[in-house]
Amino acid sequence: MIEVINFVSNLAMPLIILIIVIYGLVEKKEIFDVFIEGAKDGIKIIINIFPTLIGLFLAVGTLRSSGVIDIVINFLEPILNLINFPSEIMPLAILRPISGSSSIAIATDIMKQFGVDSQIGMMASVIMGATETTLYTIAVYSSSVKIKKTRFVLIAALTADIVGIITSVVVCRFLS
Amino acid sequence: MLNIVWPIFIIISFSYAIFSGNVQNLNSSIFESIESAVNLSITMLGTMCLWSGIINIASNTSIIQKINKILKPIIRFLFPEIKENIKAQNEISMNMVANILGLGNAATPLGLKAMESLQKENRNKKELSNSMIMLIVLNTASIQIIPTTIIAIRSSLQSANPTSIIFPVWIATICAATAGILVTKILIKYSNKGKKT
Repeated sequence: MIEVINFVSNLAMPLIILIIVIYGLVEKKEIFDVFIEGAKDGIKIIINIFPTLIGLFLAVGTLRSSGVIDIVINFLEPILNLINFPSEIMPLAILRPISGSSSIAIATDIMKQFGVDSQIGMMASVIMGATETTLYTIAVYSSSVKIKKTRFVLIAALTADIVGIITSVVVCRFLS
Repeated sequence: MLNIVWPIFIIISFSYAIFSGNVQNLNSSIFESIESAVNLSITMLGTMCLWSGIINIASNTSIIQKINKILKPIIRFLFPEIKENIKAQNEISMNMVANILGLGNAATPLGLKAMESLQKENRNKKELSNSMIMLIVLNTASIQIIPTTIIAIRSSLQSANPTSIIFPVWIATICAATAGILVTKILIKYSNKGKKT
């Protein structure tokens, strides 16, 4: 099973590129020129988002290293205990929307500590698979078009995250 | 949003670190953060240019129309305001396809290209349009068939069945996306009403 899935996911990207290039050839476009023209846009987009990335990584990195995140977790623990949310998962649930690299680190840590196939390990895996680094996504997408007024996007995206995290926990409880 | 959140993050963490005697950790994390931002940008520069080029080929051929035909009902429902903007529709469909296939590296460049096209017809250039918000929410919900990253982590930790999470992930991600779309739709309606009166 794992071999099949690995094969399929390894195949996805090369296959898409191959199909598009063949299509371009068959329909007789000057595809290399078209490719270069498009690739130039990529540079512009990166230049637009680079300053945002520096700022965001700095803020998230210092929040974590200073120990502020730990305080937030301690503060939220009693509230989440009320709704019977497993406290082992909580650091992951809080960091997941803010930082991709540290949530991977925490999820790996949880899986090692409680066992990758344990209920807690499954919860951590499903949360990682079902949610995204919301704050980062919003910042990158908005700054690429130089927009600062983001209206209600944070509320909507965080609602999706909370629903995703709670569903992950419930589904894993139900399955085991 | 970041004009308020960012300084709060900085002030809180810097003063807490000084207060709790954690300055050395803080100091090294400043440089680590900057370094990882640079690393990420350089990695992204490559994939960004690659996929911007590939999408440009795709949007010059008929393959994009075929994908669009399949996704049209969904895009119409989610993005009612861009009926006329074929270019943005193309880019959004490609972004969706990349997301569903779990190609995060490809999805971001395609999504950012779509943002660019949406900005062109955005009436208030300083504010996210309704379509932009929907696009961002869809991308934060990360609907995918195969969650490749987490499967890789699980098999590296010698899981007996690394792929056993796929089905639970589908359920959770569909619930998350539905909730996100619903809240977005409701808030769009609400904010439109506010503007009219």
